[in-house]
Amino acid sequence: MITGYAFALGLCAMLVVLLFVLLRTRRLREKYAGIWIIVSLGVVVLAIFPSWAFWLSRVARVNTPVNLLFGGSIAVLLLVCIHLSTELSSQEEKTRTLTEEIALLRLVVRGLRAEESFLTEPPRCRREPAVKPYSSRASR
Amino acid sequence: MPAMLPDRSLLVIVPAWNEEQSVGRVVLELLRVLPYATVLVVNDGSTDRTSAVAREAGARVLDLPVNLGVGGAMRAGYKYAFREGYARTVQHDADGQHDPEAIELLLKAMDQEDADIMIGARFAGVRGYAVRGPRRWTMRMLSIVLSRVAHTRLTDTTSGFKACNRSAIRLFSSNYPAEYLGDTVESIVIAARAGLKVRQVGVTMRVRSAGRPSHSPIKAGVFLLRAVLALAVALSRPTEPLPREVPQ
Repeated sequence: MITGYAFALGLCAMLVVLLFVLLRTRRLREKYAGIWIIVSLGVVVLAIFPSWAFWLSRVARVNTPVNLLFGGSIAVLLLVCIHLSTELSSQEEKTRTLTEEIALLRLVVRGLRAEESFLTEPPRCRREPAVKPYSSRASR
Repeated sequence: MPAMLPDRSLLVIVPAWNEEQSVGRVVLELLRVLPYATVLVVNDGSTDRTSAVAREAGARVLDLPVNLGVGGAMRAGYKYAFREGYARTVQHDADGQHDPEAIELLLKAMDQEDADIMIGARFAGVRGYAVRGPRRWTMRMLSIVLSRVAHTRLTDTTSGFKACNRSAIRLFSSNYPAEYLGDTVESIVIAARAGLKVRQVGVTMRVRSAGRPSHSPIKAGVFLLRAVLALAVALSRPTEPLPREVPQ
């Protein structure tokens, strides 16, 4: 019994330490770490005072305390998954905007380069740039 | 603020993904039929020579470094049109399915009906296109719903042949979905909700050089489900107002 609690307690403590290390080294941003820190602290508390789990399950009218824990952890994991999906979608939208911006800038750079080579080349070999800036071949 | 080009300035946006076989011919024909237009090929992360072929043919090319899908390519095109001050755009496929000769028809119809968006519809009284079975029912369903949303009769809501005026360019440069059917179905909903006038005109389509509409019942079923989902999401989204004529 005692060793089981000690094991659970040690595991939770390690989780908390891992999260803090990740936060300190900036490999995890605080907005994602928040929920994990709360969860791991909750688990630590339950590991120290298992009787609280019994009290909670009585309040919530769940017959077996462990089912309350399982149910609660599934709900938390589900919410975290949905949160990550929304974050991913917003990242995709940002990537899309940046991709567009890069493509637009590439075209501008191409035009500027053509303009520059047109201006800097000596007059006797001056020629039309391959891509004339800001006017298509068609309109010439 | 870019200097506005003249009222008749036209940008033909050609989204292209690995179309080196056909894009050159399409660009040359567009420039021959519409000598006053600028052709912008949006190379949607192609791994072949699409970009080089298009440039050699005389088009301007937007090179997207990664593949974004038709909706993504088109929004990039609308952004270009918006920033460079074009008055009108036409979306034109790179596979040679659309007929450049029909663009004038599209623009004339847009002027006559004073529309903001003119869709080139494949079924509207002009022969040359047939779809059967469940896919047809899905398209019929989309037409009925979108006709109500846009307060006009639309028969071909999945057509990628569209003309837009400055108001529509402004709207689509910031708000053009990259989802499945987002570039066709959802964009019509967005435009109608923003108070733009959407109309259609019948056009003929050519036989595509590669790729045909599938008649597999499973694919048709998936198409139906995705269309219903796209429509439900589009209709339930909050309306976004038309952005003003001030670029960032």
